[in-house]
Amino acid sequence: MSTNGDAPFVHLRGVSKWFGALCVLDKIDLDVAEHNVVCLIGASGSGKSTLLRCLNRLERIEEGEIVVDGQRVNDEKVDVNALRRKVGIVFQAYNLFPHMTVLQNVTLAPRKAGGFTREGAEGQARSLLKRIGLEDKADEFPDRLSGGQQQRVAIVRALAMGPKVLLLDEITSALDPQLVSEVLGLVRELAESGMTMIIATHEMGFAREVADKVCFLDAGRILEEGPPARIFTEPSEPRTREFLSRVLEAEKLS
Amino acid sequence: MHALHQVYRTFFYPHSFRLSLPNVWAGFQVNIKMMVIAEALVLVFALALAIVRGLPGPAARPLRALAIVYTDFFRGTPLILVIFIVGFGIPGLQLGYISSRPVIVYGVVALTLVYTAYVTEVYRAGIESVHPSQRAAARSLGLTYAQTMRYVVVPQAVRRVIPPLLNDFVGLQKDTALVSVIGVAEATQLAQQFSTQNNDFPSLVAAAAFFILLTIPLARFTDHLVSEREQRERAQAF
Repeated sequence: MSTNGDAPFVHLRGVSKWFGALCVLDKIDLDVAEHNVVCLIGASGSGKSTLLRCLNRLERIEEGEIVVDGQRVNDEKVDVNALRRKVGIVFQAYNLFPHMTVLQNVTLAPRKAGGFTREGAEGQARSLLKRIGLEDKADEFPDRLSGGQQQRVAIVRALAMGPKVLLLDEITSALDPQLVSEVLGLVRELAESGMTMIIATHEMGFAREVADKVCFLDAGRILEEGPPARIFTEPSEPRTREFLSRVLEAEKLS
Repeated sequence: MHALHQVYRTFFYPHSFRLSLPNVWAGFQVNIKMMVIAEALVLVFALALAIVRGLPGPAARPLRALAIVYTDFFRGTPLILVIFIVGFGIPGLQLGYISSRPVIVYGVVALTLVYTAYVTEVYRAGIESVHPSQRAAARSLGLTYAQTMRYVVVPQAVRRVIPPLLNDFVGLQKDTALVSVIGVAEATQLAQQFSTQNNDFPSLVAAAAFFILLTIPLARFTDHLVSEREQRERAQAF
């Protein structure tokens, strides 16, 4: 799958994970080339979020191998803090720090873990906030912002560490429909600027538009993967067809 | 009518009140001193202990166990026993400096030992009430466990437990009176002496009034914080 012939930037081989007796990831193989966007689709509980959380070691895996930027994530001796500075993640529920202003949210990690001075971190944060049109919210607390604004701040907070890959975990699922587009617009910009991204999403139209590759997950397995044009128009697996027609049905109803 | 008059003479006789007031007030200042010092120590030690109890991993198991033993022991022992044991026991050891402190020091030590155990549980509840997604977000940004606690978890936890914390401190304020049993000349003891000499009780009523006057503002302030938080949370729900 690697487009440039080098080792893929993110590489998973035979990755399995259990929660007790429940197998949530079942021998996952996945390669993501640098500057590529991969979308993970599938029903709730199919393993999309868990897969993302394994990539920055928020969850441990029981079997297999994960390599990110040449570093073995599942190695016991890996420096997880260094790894996580390279792998940004944005969550469905934003997870902003409610006791800190927007500016403090964005500058905390750069100052404490990224080697920035306070001035450097704040300068960077303000220019990032300006880019998303929220520079005037810098001194507000998160609960004063709309969901869409909070989620964009969460993306900027992850970007402030200068990650080499960004994981997006259903970042529009908690948003009112009219707020979804402002968040997706920002993600689209990031894709165009060449950010490597792995995106778990229910927004099929968006996946079709930005993804270089789409993976359909079902019961912890990647059942089918390929370019979006093929997956969305002529999926080969009946489960994929079934899933897509159900999603389409739901979109018509809403 | 006669009975009412008796009550008045026994508990509220103004003359005894006036005579005892300077002594009781002097004693009450000792209570305030013990309370302020013990509260400050409790705030620090209890937070440290709560953090130790939450440390992850098998390496920290002995430390966690030690913290659990501590809280079990001092929550289970009546304060008055701890005051006796510390107040009479430590001087009895005849360990030079440690055994020859003013008796008020042993009072403060006993109060701190016991209330640290209570307040540790309050802090711990606060730390556990911070949603795991907050830790996940902080750790995902590359912050260490310690940084995550310091900047993300503990500040939110402390804010949440301020009302129950103040509640415990109302208890601590009152319990400074128990330290009289090892001979600290605080309000209760001085009032009691006066009461015995005069064979009436206005001095004790005066001491009670001081305690009440001190705790009521704290109780109202706690109520205020609680209702403020409720309003804020209701505003967020919409």
